[in-house]
Amino acid sequence: MHLDHSTTLPHHHSHSAEPVRPDGSRRALRVGLGGPVGSGKTAAVAALCRTLRDRLSIAVVTNDIYTREDAEFLRREAVLSPERIAAVETGACPHTAIRDDISANLEAVEQLERTLRPLDLILVESGGDNLTATFSRGLVDTQVFVIDVASGDDIPRKGGPGITTADLLVVNKTDLAPHVGADLDTMAADARRQRGPLPVAFISLATTGGIGPVADWLTERLTAWHARGTA
Amino acid sequence: MTGAALLVLADGRFPAGGYAHSGGMEAAVASRSVHDAASLAAFCRGRLHTAGLTAAGLAAAAAAGHDPLMLDGAADARTPAPAVRAAARRLGRQLLRAARATWPSPDLDLLARSRPQGVHQPVVLGATARTAGLAPLDAARCAAYESAAGPATAAVRLLGLDPLDATALLARIAGEVDDVARAATDAASRVTADGVGALPAASAPLLDIIGERHAARTVRLFAS
Ligand SMILES: Nc1nc2c(ncn2[C@@H]2O[C@H](COP(=O)(O)OP(=O)(O)O)[C@@H](O)[C@H]2O)c(=O)[nH]1
Ligand SMILES: [Mg+2]
Repeated sequence: MHLDHSTTLPHHHSHSAEPVRPDGSRRALRVGLGGPVGSGKTAAVAALCRTLRDRLSIAVVTNDIYTREDAEFLRREAVLSPERIAAVETGACPHTAIRDDISANLEAVEQLERTLRPLDLILVESGGDNLTATFSRGLVDTQVFVIDVASGDDIPRKGGPGITTADLLVVNKTDLAPHVGADLDTMAADARRQRGPLPVAFISLATTGGIGPVADWLTERLTAWHARGTA
Repeated sequence: MTGAALLVLADGRFPAGGYAHSGGMEAAVASRSVHDAASLAAFCRGRLHTAGLTAAGLAAAAAAGHDPLMLDGAADARTPAPAVRAAARRLGRQLLRAARATWPSPDLDLLARSRPQGVHQPVVLGATARTAGLAPLDAARCAAYESAAGPATAAVRLLGLDPLDATALLARIAGEVDDVARAATDAASRVTADGVGALPAASAPLLDIIGERHAARTVRLFAS
């Protein structure tokens, strides 16, 4: 019995975290999409798949709160073939599933990697939660936080871990700004104050090509990921 | 043997996927058989003395060092409902992942390699307890407690019951949990002489039926 093994922590905390596997192949970049319910996460996933699927091998994990609606929406919209979309149940705790206990999501991710090798990109959509819900670094390599202008233009000012620390902040539904009286300049200034140099994208997924800035950012992350994998 | 290791393993926050499973509670709530504190108590005690006892026996035997693959077969034989079996294997896979990172050991690595599709959760629990330096009775206690605590926690989320009522219930049945754990450990101590047939095989047909029904539902919060 080894109660006294070395004091260094095991590195393989998720048993799959290294970009390059022992056999030399590279695992997919894992990208988390978080943010409140209804902000446009599923719409963003669908648009990313449509924009990138011809160049990249993509899979999606959804964390629906009580249905498999997001997964079914993506299948119905045929943004990817059905075997590329997996749904995870979250026991009424969507933030637990992406942060405190990532085992079900990790399983889903690894299962997709195993059956669809080689994969370039895995998008993990959170079930939608409050402003404090961020992804564990053990689950994703980089994360996007999606809010929208219609839920109040004071959200960037309120901050919270999602707003302040996400690798990309997306402010969606800019098409609605005039209708809900949202002040985009104030939102941008607040976001800059909360996030310093971290990027922010103002988009409208209701507009053709609206996903562009997010797709470009993701493509850059993939390039960096590949550089890291071969370094 | 370190008592604190037991606290780590038994902690509801141990990240092994349990929070997404209700142990049949979501289906029981859907069919209105659990709707208040009294029906919650009846459900949890029923599960403890059936599925809980069986799980505790398997956990104790694995903690005593019996072959986990043999015990996995015994667990299959004691789990007739395919949905319940699938959930047990899934939870076993997730526990094994967490256990290997928490208490690294060649035994656990070997277990993961020999059954990539997963081993029943109670068997993994026992093997983990052994790796952590815990005794068979500790593993049995963990399994027995979890058999009641899992659904109790789920009921709080599903029904909006007072969490203090649910916790008081778990304290009230603590003696029964100990009795179940002891009976399971006694049975496990007879496996060397009598084989896995010595292990408890208590079942709850209603849990099997609602487990299958739950798996077929499209709207649900919990995986099982
Ligand atoms: N007007 C407008 N509606 C949008 C936009 N993006 C998404 N929606 C709509 O907002 C609703 C919620 O989007 P969804 O992607 O399901 O949000 P999720 O809960 O974050 O996944 C849906 O009805 C979408 O069609 C947008 O840019 N503009
Ligand atoms: Mg969604």
